[in-house]
Amino acid sequence: MGSGVSRLTIQPGPRIVSSCQKRESMHELSIAASIVESVTESLAAYPGARVKEVRLRVGVLAAVVEDSLKFCWEITTEGTPLAGSALVVNMIPVVLHCEACGRDAEIEGVHSFRCPSCGGLSGDLRQGRELEIDSIEIEDPEPEASGIAGPDRVEEQT
Amino acid sequence: MTTRIVELRRGILKKNDELAAGLRQQFTSAGVLVLNLVSSPGTGKTAFLEFTLRELLARGSRAAALVGDLETDNDARRLAASGAPVRQINTHGICHLDAEMIGKHLAGWEGVALGGLDYLFIENVGNLVCPSSYDLGEKIRVALLSVTEGEDKPLKYPTLFNSADAAVITKIDISEPCGFDRELALHNVNEIRPGIRIFETSAKTGAGMEDWLGYLAEERAARQATN
Repeated sequence: MGSGVSRLTIQPGPRIVSSCQKRESMHELSIAASIVESVTESLAAYPGARVKEVRLRVGVLAAVVEDSLKFCWEITTEGTPLAGSALVVNMIPVVLHCEACGRDAEIEGVHSFRCPSCGGLSGDLRQGRELEIDSIEIEDPEPEASGIAGPDRVEEQT
Repeated sequence: MTTRIVELRRGILKKNDELAAGLRQQFTSAGVLVLNLVSSPGTGKTAFLEFTLRELLARGSRAAALVGDLETDNDARRLAASGAPVRQINTHGICHLDAEMIGKHLAGWEGVALGGLDYLFIENVGNLVCPSSYDLGEKIRVALLSVTEGEDKPLKYPTLFNSADAAVITKIDISEPCGFDRELALHNVNEIRPGIRIFETSAKTGAGMEDWLGYLAEERAARQATN
Protein backbone atom coordinates (compact mmCIF):
# COMPACT_ATOMS: atom_id res chain seq x y z
CA MET A 1 0.00 0.00 0.00
CA GLY A 2 1.17 3.50 -0.70
CA SER A 3 0.55 6.58 1.33
CA GLY A 4 -3.18 6.17 0.91
CA VAL A 5 -3.55 4.57 4.30
CA SER A 6 -4.48 7.33 6.66
CA ARG A 7 -5.45 6.31 10.10
CA LEU A 8 -7.66 3.51 11.20
CA THR A 9 -11.10 4.55 12.11
CA ILE A 10 -13.42 2.63 14.27
CA GLN A 11 -16.51 1.82 12.33
CA PRO A 12 -19.67 0.73 14.00
CA GLY A 13 -20.24 -2.96 13.41
CA PRO A 14 -23.51 -4.43 12.28
CA ARG A 15 -26.22 -4.15 14.86
CA ILE A 16 -26.30 -7.34 16.83
CA VAL A 17 -29.87 -8.34 17.29
CA SER A 18 -29.38 -11.31 19.50
CA SER A 19 -27.88 -14.70 19.79
CA CYS A 20 -30.45 -15.87 22.26
CA GLN A 21 -31.70 -18.60 19.99
CA LYS A 22 -28.39 -20.32 20.59
CA ARG A 23 -28.33 -22.12 23.87
CA GLU A 24 -24.84 -20.81 24.64
CA SER A 25 -26.21 -17.37 25.30
CA MET A 26 -29.64 -17.56 26.73
CA HIS A 27 -29.50 -14.90 29.35
CA GLU A 28 -32.22 -12.70 27.85
CA LEU A 29 -34.18 -15.78 26.88
CA SER A 30 -34.31 -16.95 30.47
CA ILE A 31 -35.20 -13.42 31.59
CA ALA A 32 -38.03 -13.40 29.02
CA ALA A 33 -39.20 -16.80 30.27
CA SER A 34 -39.26 -15.48 33.85
CA ILE A 35 -41.39 -12.52 32.77
CA VAL A 36 -43.86 -14.78 30.98
CA GLU A 37 -44.09 -17.06 34.00
CA SER A 38 -44.62 -14.17 36.38
CA VAL A 39 -47.24 -12.41 34.25
CA THR A 40 -49.09 -15.66 33.62
CA GLU A 41 -49.33 -16.16 37.37
CA SER A 42 -50.78 -12.69 37.83
CA LEU A 43 -53.34 -13.35 35.12
CA ALA A 44 -55.04 -15.92 37.33
CA ALA A 45 -56.88 -12.98 38.88
CA TYR A 46 -58.16 -11.88 35.46
CA PRO A 47 -59.63 -14.94 33.77
CA GLY A 48 -59.79 -14.74 30.02
CA ALA A 49 -57.82 -11.51 29.83
CA ARG A 50 -55.42 -10.96 26.96
CA VAL A 51 -52.16 -9.13 27.52
CA LYS A 52 -51.60 -6.20 25.21
CA GLU A 53 -48.48 -4.76 26.70
CA VAL A 54 -45.88 -5.60 29.33
CA ARG A 55 -43.91 -2.70 30.78
CA LEU A 56 -40.57 -3.26 32.42
CA ARG A 57 -38.23 -1.17 34.51
CA VAL A 58 -34.67 -2.15 33.74
CA GLY A 59 -31.70 -0.49 35.40
CA VAL A 60 -28.76 0.31 33.15
CA LEU A 61 -26.71 -1.89 35.48
CA ALA A 62 -29.04 -4.86 35.20
CA ALA A 63 -27.03 -6.57 32.45
CA VAL A 64 -30.01 -6.91 30.16
CA VAL A 65 -29.86 -5.91 26.53
CA GLU A 66 -33.14 -4.41 25.42
CA ASP A 67 -32.82 -5.53 21.80
CA SER A 68 -32.01 -9.10 22.77
CA LEU A 69 -34.92 -9.22 25.16
CA LYS A 70 -37.30 -7.93 22.51
CA PHE A 71 -35.92 -10.38 20.01
CA CYS A 72 -36.67 -13.26 22.39
CA TRP A 73 -40.10 -11.93 23.26
CA GLU A 74 -42.05 -13.33 20.33
CA ILE A 75 -40.56 -16.81 20.63
CA THR A 76 -41.04 -16.91 24.37
CA THR A 77 -44.62 -15.67 24.42
CA GLU A 78 -45.81 -17.95 21.65
CA GLY A 79 -48.63 -20.16 22.84
CA THR A 80 -49.02 -18.25 26.10
CA PRO A 81 -51.61 -15.65 27.16
CA LEU A 82 -48.92 -13.08 26.34
CA ALA A 83 -48.74 -13.99 22.67
CA GLY A 84 -48.86 -10.90 20.48
CA SER A 85 -48.17 -8.54 23.34
CA ALA A 86 -45.78 -5.63 23.09
CA LEU A 87 -42.80 -5.31 25.37
CA VAL A 88 -41.94 -1.83 26.60
CA VAL A 89 -38.60 -1.43 28.32
CA ASN A 90 -38.00 1.68 30.40
CA MET A 91 -34.31 2.00 31.12
CA ILE A 92 -33.56 3.40 34.56
CA PRO A 93 -30.35 5.42 35.01
CA VAL A 94 -28.02 5.04 37.95
CA VAL A 95 -28.62 7.31 40.92
CA LEU A 96 -25.78 7.61 43.39
CA HIS A 97 -25.95 8.84 46.91
CA CYS A 98 -22.90 10.98 47.50
CA GLU A 99 -21.57 10.66 51.05
CA ALA A 100 -19.46 13.78 50.62
CA CYS A 101 -22.20 16.23 49.68
CA GLY A 102 -25.17 14.25 50.90
CA ARG A 103 -27.04 14.48 47.62
CA ASP A 104 -28.65 11.87 45.39
CA ALA A 105 -27.67 12.42 41.80
CA GLU A 106 -28.23 10.70 38.48
CA ILE A 107 -25.04 9.84 36.67
CA GLU A 108 -24.53 9.54 32.97
CA GLY A 109 -23.42 6.12 31.78
CA VAL A 110 -21.84 3.49 33.96
CA HIS A 111 -18.12 4.10 33.56
CA SER A 112 -17.40 6.22 36.55
CA PHE A 113 -19.30 6.27 39.80
CA ARG A 114 -18.60 9.86 40.70
CA CYS A 115 -20.95 12.47 42.05
CA PRO A 116 -21.71 14.97 39.25
CA SER A 117 -21.70 17.84 41.74
CA CYS A 118 -18.55 17.30 43.75
CA GLY A 119 -16.70 14.60 41.82
CA GLY A 120 -16.48 12.29 44.83
CA LEU A 121 -16.58 8.53 44.24
CA SER A 122 -19.54 6.70 45.68
CA GLY A 123 -20.45 3.07 46.02
CA ASP A 124 -23.90 3.85 47.36
CA LEU A 125 -26.34 3.11 44.53
CA ARG A 126 -29.91 4.18 45.01
CA GLN A 127 -31.14 3.23 41.56
CA GLY A 128 -29.97 1.51 38.39
CA ARG A 129 -30.13 -2.22 39.14
CA GLU A 130 -33.88 -2.65 38.68
CA LEU A 131 -35.14 -5.67 36.82
CA GLU A 132 -38.85 -5.63 37.34
CA ILE A 133 -42.23 -5.84 35.72
CA ASP A 134 -43.81 -2.47 36.27
CA SER A 135 -47.29 -3.08 34.89
CA ILE A 136 -49.27 -4.87 32.24
CA GLU A 137 -52.04 -3.65 30.02
CA ILE A 138 -54.77 -6.22 29.67
CA GLU A 139 -57.89 -6.52 27.63
CA ASP A 140 -60.82 -8.06 29.39
CA PRO A 141 -62.96 -10.51 27.47
CA GLU A 142 -66.35 -9.25 26.33
CA PRO A 143 -69.12 -10.79 28.37
CA GLU A 144 -71.10 -11.44 25.18
CA ALA A 145 -70.51 -11.26 21.47
CA SER A 146 -71.04 -7.72 20.27
CA GLY A 147 -71.10 -6.23 16.80
CA ILE A 148 -67.49 -5.04 16.96
CA ALA A 149 -65.79 -8.39 17.25
CA GLY A 150 -62.29 -8.35 15.85
CA PRO A 151 -60.80 -11.14 13.77
CA ASP A 152 -58.96 -12.61 16.72
CA ARG A 153 -61.96 -12.58 18.87
CA VAL A 154 -62.05 -15.41 21.34
CA GLU A 155 -64.99 -17.76 21.49
CA GLU A 156 -67.76 -16.85 23.78
CA GLN A 157 -67.34 -18.20 27.25
CA THR A 158 -69.65 -20.92 28.42
CA MET B 1 -63.08 -3.96 24.44
CA THR B 2 -62.05 -2.65 27.79
CA THR B 3 -58.41 -2.41 28.51
CA ARG B 4 -56.83 -1.60 31.80
CA ILE B 5 -53.45 -1.26 33.37
CA VAL B 6 -52.54 -3.62 36.16
CA GLU B 7 -49.63 -2.52 38.35
CA LEU B 8 -47.42 -5.49 39.16
CA ARG B 9 -44.17 -3.99 40.47
CA ARG B 10 -42.59 -7.38 40.68
CA GLY B 11 -38.99 -8.44 40.35
CA ILE B 12 -38.40 -10.46 37.21
CA LEU B 13 -35.95 -12.74 38.97
CA LYS B 14 -38.13 -12.91 42.07
CA LYS B 15 -38.08 -16.70 42.08
CA ASN B 16 -34.28 -16.77 42.02
CA ASP B 17 -34.08 -14.01 44.61
CA GLU B 18 -36.40 -15.91 46.95
CA LEU B 19 -34.42 -19.13 46.55
CA ALA B 20 -31.19 -17.19 47.12
CA ALA B 21 -32.60 -15.59 50.26
CA GLY B 22 -33.45 -19.08 51.54
CA LEU B 23 -29.92 -20.28 50.80
CA ARG B 24 -28.42 -17.23 52.48
CA GLN B 25 -30.40 -18.00 55.60
CA GLN B 26 -29.16 -21.61 55.55
CA PHE B 27 -25.55 -20.48 55.07
CA THR B 28 -25.82 -17.98 57.90
CA SER B 29 -27.31 -20.42 60.36
CA ALA B 30 -24.73 -23.07 59.41
CA GLY B 31 -21.99 -20.48 59.96
CA VAL B 32 -20.37 -21.14 56.59
CA LEU B 33 -18.83 -18.27 54.62
CA VAL B 34 -19.94 -18.53 51.00
CA LEU B 35 -18.11 -16.86 48.14
CA ASN B 36 -19.15 -16.60 44.50
CA LEU B 37 -16.19 -16.33 42.12
CA VAL B 38 -16.94 -14.64 38.82
CA SER B 39 -14.68 -13.84 35.87
CA SER B 40 -14.20 -14.30 32.13
CA PRO B 41 -13.18 -17.73 30.92
CA GLY B 42 -9.42 -18.10 31.28
CA THR B 43 -8.84 -15.62 34.09
CA GLY B 44 -7.53 -18.38 36.31
CA LYS B 45 -10.42 -18.90 38.70
CA THR B 46 -9.66 -22.59 39.01
CA ALA B 47 -5.94 -22.16 39.67
CA PHE B 48 -6.71 -19.43 42.19
CA LEU B 49 -9.26 -21.62 43.91
CA GLU B 50 -6.96 -24.68 43.86
CA PHE B 51 -4.35 -22.69 45.73
CA THR B 52 -6.93 -21.29 48.15
CA LEU B 53 -8.45 -24.67 48.97
CA ARG B 54 -5.06 -26.33 49.43
CA GLU B 55 -3.89 -23.61 51.81
CA LEU B 56 -7.13 -23.50 53.79
CA LEU B 57 -7.06 -27.26 54.30
CA ALA B 58 -3.39 -27.17 55.28
CA ARG B 59 -4.32 -24.62 57.95
CA GLY B 60 -7.03 -26.83 59.37
CA SER B 61 -10.04 -25.10 57.81
CA ARG B 62 -12.91 -27.02 56.31
CA ALA B 63 -13.60 -25.85 52.78
CA ALA B 64 -15.54 -27.17 49.82
CA ALA B 65 -16.33 -25.99 46.31
CA LEU B 66 -19.10 -26.11 43.78
CA VAL B 67 -17.86 -25.46 40.27
CA GLY B 68 -19.98 -24.45 37.32
CA ASP B 69 -19.17 -25.12 33.69
CA LEU B 70 -21.20 -25.65 30.58
CA GLU B 71 -19.69 -29.09 30.10
CA THR B 72 -16.99 -31.42 31.50
CA ASP B 73 -15.90 -32.09 35.05
CA ASN B 74 -12.28 -31.10 34.35
CA ASP B 75 -12.34 -28.25 36.84
CA ALA B 76 -13.88 -30.38 39.58
CA ARG B 77 -11.12 -32.94 39.11
CA ARG B 78 -8.45 -30.27 39.30
CA LEU B 79 -9.94 -28.77 42.43
CA ALA B 80 -10.48 -32.15 44.08
CA ALA B 81 -6.72 -32.70 43.99
CA SER B 82 -6.58 -30.17 46.84
CA GLY B 83 -8.32 -32.74 49.05
CA ALA B 84 -11.45 -30.61 49.47
CA PRO B 85 -14.89 -31.96 48.60
CA VAL B 86 -15.83 -30.64 45.18
CA ARG B 87 -18.95 -30.94 43.11
CA GLN B 88 -19.32 -30.09 39.45
CA ILE B 89 -22.41 -28.33 38.15
CA ASN B 90 -22.85 -28.74 34.42
CA THR B 91 -25.26 -26.14 33.11
CA HIS B 92 -25.43 -27.67 29.61
CA GLY B 93 -25.49 -24.39 27.78
CA ILE B 94 -26.78 -22.00 30.41
CA CYS B 95 -24.37 -19.13 30.82
CA HIS B 96 -24.63 -18.66 34.58
CA LEU B 97 -25.38 -20.49 37.80
CA ASP B 98 -28.65 -19.77 39.56
CA ALA B 99 -29.89 -20.33 43.09
CA GLU B 100 -31.92 -23.38 42.11
CA MET B 101 -28.82 -25.17 40.76
CA ILE B 102 -26.94 -24.38 43.96
CA GLY B 103 -29.79 -25.66 46.13
CA LYS B 104 -30.07 -28.88 44.15
CA HIS B 105 -26.35 -29.61 44.21
CA LEU B 106 -26.07 -28.90 47.91
CA ALA B 107 -29.01 -31.17 48.69
CA GLY B 108 -27.63 -34.22 46.97
CA TRP B 109 -24.01 -33.78 48.03
CA GLU B 110 -22.96 -36.95 49.77
CA GLY B 111 -20.75 -36.54 52.80
CA VAL B 112 -20.96 -32.74 52.81
CA ALA B 113 -23.10 -30.85 55.29
CA LEU B 114 -23.10 -27.08 55.46
CA GLY B 115 -22.70 -27.23 59.23
CA GLY B 116 -19.41 -29.05 58.77
CA LEU B 117 -17.87 -26.33 56.59
CA ASP B 118 -16.06 -23.09 57.30
CA TYR B 119 -15.95 -21.99 53.66
CA LEU B 120 -17.92 -22.82 50.56
CA PHE B 121 -16.65 -21.50 47.25
CA ILE B 122 -18.84 -21.32 44.19
CA GLU B 123 -16.86 -21.03 40.97
CA ASN B 124 -19.31 -19.55 38.51
CA VAL B 125 -19.43 -20.22 34.77
CA GLY B 126 -16.77 -18.12 33.01
CA ASN B 127 -18.81 -15.08 31.99
CA LEU B 128 -18.75 -11.46 33.07
CA VAL B 129 -22.29 -10.57 32.11
CA CYS B 130 -25.05 -12.95 33.14
CA PRO B 131 -23.80 -14.15 36.55
CA SER B 132 -24.16 -10.59 37.84
CA SER B 133 -27.96 -10.83 37.76
CA TYR B 134 -28.21 -14.08 39.68
CA ASP B 135 -27.88 -14.02 43.43
CA LEU B 136 -26.65 -17.38 44.73
CA GLY B 137 -27.05 -16.54 48.39
CA GLU B 138 -23.35 -15.78 48.72
CA LYS B 139 -21.92 -13.44 51.34
CA ILE B 140 -19.08 -12.27 49.14
CA ARG B 141 -19.03 -11.87 45.39
CA VAL B 142 -15.52 -11.88 44.04
CA ALA B 143 -14.75 -10.45 40.60
CA LEU B 144 -11.48 -11.73 39.12
CA LEU B 145 -9.45 -10.12 36.39
CA SER B 146 -6.15 -11.36 34.96
CA VAL B 147 -3.25 -9.21 33.80
CA THR B 148 -3.68 -10.62 30.28
CA GLU B 149 -7.18 -9.23 29.91
CA GLY B 150 -6.59 -5.52 29.74
CA GLU B 151 -6.88 -2.87 32.41
CA ASP B 152 -10.22 -1.63 31.13
CA LYS B 153 -12.13 -4.82 31.91
CA PRO B 154 -13.96 -3.18 34.84
CA LEU B 155 -15.07 -0.35 32.54
CA LYS B 156 -16.28 -2.81 29.94
CA TYR B 157 -18.21 -4.89 32.44
CA PRO B 158 -19.36 -2.39 35.06
CA THR B 159 -22.40 -4.41 36.06
CA LEU B 160 -20.33 -7.25 37.42
CA PHE B 161 -17.56 -5.19 38.95
CA ASN B 162 -20.03 -2.81 40.54
CA SER B 163 -21.84 -5.69 42.25
CA ALA B 164 -18.63 -7.29 43.59
CA ASP B 165 -17.55 -7.23 47.23
CA ALA B 166 -13.91 -7.97 46.48
CA ALA B 167 -11.73 -7.90 43.38
CA VAL B 168 -8.79 -10.17 42.60
CA ILE B 169 -6.16 -9.52 39.97
CA THR B 170 -4.64 -12.83 38.89
CA LYS B 171 -1.43 -13.91 37.12
CA ILE B 172 0.61 -10.94 38.36
CA ASP B 173 3.76 -13.05 37.81
CA ILE B 174 3.40 -12.31 34.09
CA SER B 175 2.34 -8.68 34.33
CA GLU B 176 5.62 -7.40 32.96
CA PRO B 177 5.65 -9.32 29.66
CA CYS B 178 1.96 -8.45 29.31
CA GLY B 179 2.70 -4.77 29.70
CA PHE B 180 0.09 -4.64 32.43
CA ASP B 181 -0.49 -1.13 33.76
CA ARG B 182 -1.14 -1.84 37.40
CA GLU B 183 -2.02 1.72 38.41
CA LEU B 184 -4.53 2.02 35.62
CA ALA B 185 -6.18 -1.30 36.48
CA LEU B 186 -6.50 -0.35 40.15
CA HIS B 187 -7.86 3.05 39.15
CA ASN B 188 -10.47 1.48 36.87
CA VAL B 189 -11.66 -0.99 39.48
CA ASN B 190 -12.00 1.87 41.93
CA GLU B 191 -13.94 4.04 39.45
CA ILE B 192 -16.53 1.31 39.09
CA ARG B 193 -16.59 0.05 42.65
CA PRO B 194 -15.15 2.70 44.92
CA GLY B 195 -13.38 1.45 48.02
CA ILE B 196 -13.50 -2.26 47.13
CA ARG B 197 -10.75 -4.52 48.52
CA ILE B 198 -8.39 -5.50 45.71
CA PHE B 199 -5.99 -8.45 45.92
CA GLU B 200 -3.10 -8.75 43.51
CA THR B 201 -2.21 -12.40 43.24
CA SER B 202 -0.40 -15.18 41.47
CA ALA B 203 -1.52 -18.74 42.05
CA LYS B 204 1.75 -19.82 40.47
CA THR B 205 4.16 -18.03 42.78
CA GLY B 206 1.79 -17.55 45.70
CA ALA B 207 2.26 -13.79 45.59
CA GLY B 208 -0.54 -11.90 47.30
CA MET B 209 -2.22 -15.09 48.46
CA GLU B 210 -1.37 -14.46 52.11
CA ASP B 211 -3.38 -11.23 51.98
CA TRP B 212 -6.27 -13.02 50.40
CA LEU B 213 -6.22 -15.84 52.95
CA GLY B 214 -6.06 -13.25 55.71
CA TYR B 215 -9.14 -11.57 54.29
CA LEU B 216 -10.98 -14.90 54.23
CA ALA B 217 -10.11 -15.55 57.85
CA GLU B 218 -11.31 -12.05 58.85
CA GLU B 219 -14.58 -12.45 57.01
CA ARG B 220 -15.09 -15.90 58.45
CA ALA B 221 -14.47 -14.59 61.98
CA ALA B 222 -16.91 -11.73 61.35
CA ARG B 223 -19.51 -14.23 60.19
CA GLN B 224 -19.14 -16.30 63.35
CA ALA B 225 -19.31 -13.21 65.51
CA THR B 226 -22.66 -12.27 64.03
CA ASN B 227 -24.10 -15.74 64.63
